Amino acid sequence: MNWSLPENVSTFGAQVDSIYYLILGITAVIFFAVEALLVYFLVRYRHREGRKAAYIHGNTRAEVIWTLVPFLIILFIAFRSRTVWLEVKDPERMPPGALELRVAAKQFEWNVTYPGPDERLGTADDFVRRGQLRIPVNRPVRVTLASEDVIHSFFLPEFRVKQDAVPGMEIPVWFQATRTGEFTLGCAELCGLGHYRMRGTVTVQTAEEFAAWQREQSRAGLAAAN
Amino acid sequence: MSTIAIPQAGVHAVHRDERSFIRKYIFSTDHKIIGIQFLLMSLLFLLVGGLLALTMRWQLAWPGRPIPGGGILPDTMAPDGIILPEFYNSLVTMHGTFMIFFAIMPLLVGVFANYLIPLQIGAPDMAFPRLNMMSFWTSVPAGILMLASFFVEGGAAAAGWTSYAPLSAVPEYSGVSTGQQLWCLSLIILGFSSLMGAVNYITTVINMRAPGMTWFRLPLPVWALFITAILVLLAIPILTGALILLYFDQVLGTGFYLPERGGQPLLWQHLFWFFGHPEVYILILPAMGMASEIIANGARKPIFGYHAMVIAICAIAFLGWIVWGHHMFQSGMNPMLGSTFMFTTMIIAVPSAIKTFNWLATLWKGDIHFTVPMLHALAFVAMFVIGGLSGVFMASTAVDIYIHDTYFIVAHIHYVLFGGSLFAIFGAITYWFPKMFGRMMHVGLGKVHFFLTFIFYNLTFFPMHQLGLGGMMRRLYDPTQYAHLQPLQELNQFVTINALLLGAVQLLFVANFIWSMFRGKRAEMNPWRANSLEWSVPSPPPHGNFAVTPIVYRGPYEYSSPESDEDYLPQDRPPAARPVPAPDLVPAH
Repeated sequence: MNWSLPENVSTFGAQVDSIYYLILGITAVIFFAVEALLVYFLVRYRHREGRKAAYIHGNTRAEVIWTLVPFLIILFIAFRSRTVWLEVKDPERMPPGALELRVAAKQFEWNVTYPGPDERLGTADDFVRRGQLRIPVNRPVRVTLASEDVIHSFFLPEFRVKQDAVPGMEIPVWFQATRTGEFTLGCAELCGLGHYRMRGTVTVQTAEEFAAWQREQSRAGLAAAN
Repeated sequence: MSTIAIPQAGVHAVHRDERSFIRKYIFSTDHKIIGIQFLLMSLLFLLVGGLLALTMRWQLAWPGRPIPGGGILPDTMAPDGIILPEFYNSLVTMHGTFMIFFAIMPLLVGVFANYLIPLQIGAPDMAFPRLNMMSFWTSVPAGILMLASFFVEGGAAAAGWTSYAPLSAVPEYSGVSTGQQLWCLSLIILGFSSLMGAVNYITTVINMRAPGMTWFRLPLPVWALFITAILVLLAIPILTGALILLYFDQVLGTGFYLPERGGQPLLWQHLFWFFGHPEVYILILPAMGMASEIIANGARKPIFGYHAMVIAICAIAFLGWIVWGHHMFQSGMNPMLGSTFMFTTMIIAVPSAIKTFNWLATLWKGDIHFTVPMLHALAFVAMFVIGGLSGVFMASTAVDIYIHDTYFIVAHIHYVLFGGSLFAIFGAITYWFPKMFGRMMHVGLGKVHFFLTFIFYNLTFFPMHQLGLGGMMRRLYDPTQYAHLQPLQELNQFVTINALLLGAVQLLFVANFIWSMFRGKRAEMNPWRANSLEWSVPSPPPHGNFAVTPIVYRGPYEYSSPESDEDYLPQDRPPAARPVPAPDLVPAH
C-alpha cells in the first residue's frame, strides 16, 4: 500500500500535500483505534453459555465527549485547509508579475494562447499552441481558463492544480513550477467521447529557454500572418 | 403524548381470503406485498447495475480487448466484443443511475419503509394503501424506460449519472439524443413514485402508531425512514424541476443551462447537488437505522444512546441541506463559498462519529451472537468508518483540489454505498426475510456469501484509493492513454479481477434467496428473539397485520432487561403483575 502522493513540482503543492498528510495521519489513528476497538469487543463479548449482556442505555458524559472531540479535530483540519485553499484559488491573492496565458478547452483539446515578447495577451504577436503548455520555471503563471463547448477540467496532477473550465465563464488559475521537465495536462471532467484522450503536455523550461522559444514562435506567427 | 389513531385491524381483514390472485400479488394494496414487489424489482436492477460495472471494469483493465461473450452485444455498443468509447460512457452513466435510483434507493426506502413502518408501529397498513400501490406501479415504467434507452438510436445516456450540462443538454456534444431524453423522462416519472411513497410514510408514522407507541419508543429504522421520507419529499421536487429544465433544453431549444442562450451551466450543478446531497443521506440513513436494530438484537443489549442516535439522524438530515457546494469546489464557484461549504461539510462528520461510537458502545459488554444479519451489520459499521474518514479528505478544499474527480472519490462513494448501504441491505434482507416469506435464509450459504463478499469487496474498492492518489481520473475509457497512469495498470487489473469475483459471489446470495423462499426452514414468529412489534405476529403476517391492535408498553431495545427472565422483552408484553423489586430497575422508557 502506497499512501504517498506523486512528485510535486509547484510552489503551493507542498502545502496541499502537507494538509493531505495531516489528514492521513489523523484519520489513520482514528481508523486503527475504532477498528481495533470493534474487533476487541467482538472477541471479548462474543456469546458464551451463561453470558448476559449488561443492561445499559447510555451515558451522557460519553456522548458529550465523542461529540466535542471530533468537532474540535474537524475544526482544526478545516482552518488549516482554508489557508491553503485561499492561497491556491483566491484571485486576489494570486502573485503579481505572472506570465499571462489563456487556455481555451474544447472537445477534445486544450488550446493555449501565449503572449509574444510584449508579454501582453490580445496583441498581434500572440500565438496559439494545441495541447502544449510551455512555461518558465520559478515564475508564476496565470491562466485564464475558458471553454467553448462543455465543461472540462484542467488537471495538472504534478502541480496539484485542478479547475473546471466552464463555458460562459473565465476562471483564473495560477501556479508556479519549481523545476524543469515534462509533466501531464489532463481532463478530469467527463466531456464526451474523446474525454479519455483529451490530454496535453506541460513543458517547464528555464526562463532563457522559454523566452527564446516565445520569440521564435511569435516571429514565425507574425511572418506567416504577413 | 401526541394523538394516536387506533387502527381498526380486524375490520379491514374480514374479506381478505376472497381477493383474487391479481389483487393479492400484482395490484396489491398490502404494504407487505408492495415491499416485496419493490424488493424483487430492485434486486433485479442491482444485478443489472452490477453487470454494467463489470463490463466497465473489463475495459479499464484490458482496454480494447474483446469481452468474453461480448459477441452478443450489437455493433453499436461493442463490435466484435470490443467496447466503444460511446458505449463505455453509457456504461458509466447507467451503472450510477441504476445503482442509485433503481437499486439502493428503492431497496432502502421502497422495500423497508413499506415493509417495516406499519409492522413496527403497530398499524394494519399504510395510511393510503392505493397511493402506495400507485407508487410501485409508477416506478415500473420508469425502470422500463431507462432499460429501453440502451436500445434506441445513439444508445443510452452518456453524460454521467450527474448529467452535467451542457454535455447532457446538447446532443452534438454527447452524441446521444433520445437516450438523454429518456433518462430525464424516466427520472421524472420515478420522482413521482418516490413522492407518493414519501407522503405515505410520513402520514403513516405520524397518524397510525399503536397506543403507547410514543415517538421515543419508535424503533430506529422507523425514525430513520421517517426522516428519510421528509428528505425525499423536499429533495425530489428539486431534481424534477432541474430535469424538466434540462428536458426543455434538449427538445424545445431553451437555454437554461447553455451560456450561448443566456443560461448558466453551474445552475444545473447547484440544483442537482441541492437534491443530490440530501439524496446521499437518503441512501445511508435507513441503512443506519436498520443496522442499529440488528446490532442491538445481535448484541442482546439496549442500543447505546437511543436519544443521541435520533438526534444524530436529525442532525445529519438537516446538515445534508447545506453542504451541496462541496461537490462543486473545483467548478468555478466563488472560492469564498468553497470555504463556507467546507465548514458545514466537516461538521457533518460529528453526527456520523456519534453514531459510530454509539454502535461500538452497544457492543461493549454485550452478548454478541454472530448471526448472518449481525455479520452484515458489523461490516456496515467497519466499512462506514472507512467511507466516513475518506470523506474528510475531500471535505478539505485544499486536498480536494488534487483528488476531486479521481478514483479516490469512486473509492469513497463505494465505501459508503456498497460497504455501508449494501451491507446493511444484505443484513436487513436476511433479518426480515423470515417475516417476509415465512422461511429462514440458509445460514451456511449466508455466511459463505458474507465472508467472500467482505473480502472481494475490500480487494476491489480499497485499491481505488491508490488509483486516485496516483492521479487516475474518473470516467476514462482508456487510462493507458496517459503516461502517468501506465504504472497503475496492474493495479487496475487487480481491481477488475476482484470485481469479477465479487460479482460471481453474489450468485450465492441469489441462490440462497430463491432456494430459501421455497425450501428454507420454516420460520417461527420471532426467530431472532427481538422486541419490536413485527415479531409478535405470524411469519408472514396476514393481511391487516395485527389481529388485535397491539398496545406498546416500552421502547424497542429492552434486551437483557432485569424485568424479564429471557434476554429480551417485547414492546407489547404487559408489565409483570408482580411488584417491581427496585425502582432503578424500571426501564428508562
